[in-house]
Amino acid sequence: MTDLTSLGVKDIRDGVRSGTFTAREVATSFNAAVADAAALNAFIVTTPDHALAAADKVDAARAAGEPLGAMAGVPIGMKDLFATNGVQTTAASHILEGFIPRYESTVSQKLWDAGAGMLGKLNLDQFAMGSSNETSYFGNVSSPWRKSGTNQPMSPGGSSGGSSSAVAARIAPAATGTDTGGSIRQPAAFTGICGIKPTYGRCSRWGIVAFASSLDQAGPMARSVEDCAIMLGAMAGFDPKDATSLQMDVPDWEAALNSDLRGKKVGIPREYRMEGTDQAILDSWEQGKAWLKDAGAEIVDISLPHTRYALPAYYIVAPAEASSNLARYDGVRYGLRDLPDGSGLQDMYAATRAAGFGDEVKRRILIGTYVLSAGFYDAYYTQAQKVRALVARDFERAFEQCDVILAPTTPTASFPLGSMNEDPLTMYLNDVFAVPASLAGLPAMSVPAMCNEDGLPLGLQLVGRPFDEQGVLNAGLAIQQRAGFSARPEKWW
Amino acid sequence: MSVDKATVAKIASLARIQMDDAALEQMVPELNGILQWVEQLGEVDVTGIEPMAAVIPNTLRLRKDVVDADPLTGGGRQGDVLANAPAAEHGFFGVPKVIE
Repeated sequence: MTDLTSLGVKDIRDGVRSGTFTAREVATSFNAAVADAAALNAFIVTTPDHALAAADKVDAARAAGEPLGAMAGVPIGMKDLFATNGVQTTAASHILEGFIPRYESTVSQKLWDAGAGMLGKLNLDQFAMGSSNETSYFGNVSSPWRKSGTNQPMSPGGSSGGSSSAVAARIAPAATGTDTGGSIRQPAAFTGICGIKPTYGRCSRWGIVAFASSLDQAGPMARSVEDCAIMLGAMAGFDPKDATSLQMDVPDWEAALNSDLRGKKVGIPREYRMEGTDQAILDSWEQGKAWLKDAGAEIVDISLPHTRYALPAYYIVAPAEASSNLARYDGVRYGLRDLPDGSGLQDMYAATRAAGFGDEVKRRILIGTYVLSAGFYDAYYTQAQKVRALVARDFERAFEQCDVILAPTTPTASFPLGSMNEDPLTMYLNDVFAVPASLAGLPAMSVPAMCNEDGLPLGLQLVGRPFDEQGVLNAGLAIQQRAGFSARPEKWW
Repeated sequence: MSVDKATVAKIASLARIQMDDAALEQMVPELNGILQWVEQLGEVDVTGIEPMAAVIPNTLRLRKDVVDADPLTGGGRQGDVLANAPAAEHGFFGVPKVIE
């Protein structure tokens, strides 16, 4: 029998439907793989019983001849930013340690309704703030990948680093991620997997721990474009409980997958050719162009003139929203309370937040508080919002000349854990190619292209028009078929 | 613009984060590094540009004006609301005594 943990979403779903194996066999295999991979530190808590219960339900439904959902029999990892009923939800923070939601996030509920089960809650950068998975209160996540000939632990990217590590290590066939400024695409690129951030509003934010509400979007991470299409279909959809949820039908992305790009124009943004980008990344970009041309697309040069301002604008807008969102952690309603002897209410707030938030979270709250404070609001926050409008307008104009944009996902491959901690700014710069699409709310995906000379994966990014996830997935599929990316990390854990 | 230790202490107090001297000292150069870097936004000509808050055009909806239109977000769930409180007492959130 094939090793079930080598299968992805589509193969598991189809195998369970056809009776090749049972959902319980799948869940049991993945539960064992998860238990065997503690060295990756990908999970904060594991929930083997959840996975088994969901599998048994699917097996019973199949035996009874009932229709099976789009994710039936697929056990997944759930980023620990999604509230899960009865299962600790921490956002990888100390301040939410022990918090057990009494409700289920809309996205996770939709996945369970579609027949998926949960292997556990995945580690991440604390409150999704980070690009390397080194800010979690529960320790760093290791990528399953290593530079050829070394055994130095490498970053799985962030913030969805538990998700990327687990999927790349084949201890989960797929996982949820969230993307505020690249947190799905960058870790996907670092670990040789696929990940798509849909148009802002496609997936409900209800029950997702908020970081920057105008940017946060959930999406799937898996090892193929098809798997992402299937899982995104199960996650997306209108939710009246989220005021920014899109009231639109969810297309059948899987059914409409088509890698024939004849008649399509692919835009190459000249401003993405930046100093500090690895030569191997630039080479993979050239290769990507050739692949899309081979799929029938016409390659056109485009300009996104405000690209270099997107990242600084993001580092005002996102911390500003975060400082407001994270005001809720006060030691009163849930989570940690630090009450020094004889202290009053204000002291309790300050002590709780000092003890409960990590350094990067504090840094961003302080930046956000500063740029929103009287006297600085217009110079920083309003200016950043205007620049954001210009970044979005650049894309709008570019999409008059092309249907989808091809760019690198990141300026470098993965780096060793601990190697980028000197200056917070160097870490921020890793999201330089990912942030513009976030600011504009556009659907964007990373697909693996090749490995560099160190044997580390590199990703290519596709950005589409608002609501055109299909165009992004189709171009991603064209790359996947031509890249034939089959490298996988050697098991060391 | 740059911040000094007193300014960082003021921001930390606004943000309700207790910080001792050493933590403040460490934070000053980190915040200044970030603030100097975002300063480049000042170069951008934004004449006539409206600040963008909502990125995808959308309209706010009104829900039906009925009690518990959605039971998940409606009332009558005191037990659930208090379940994670560090100090729930008599059906309320408990906090230290506040004397003005």
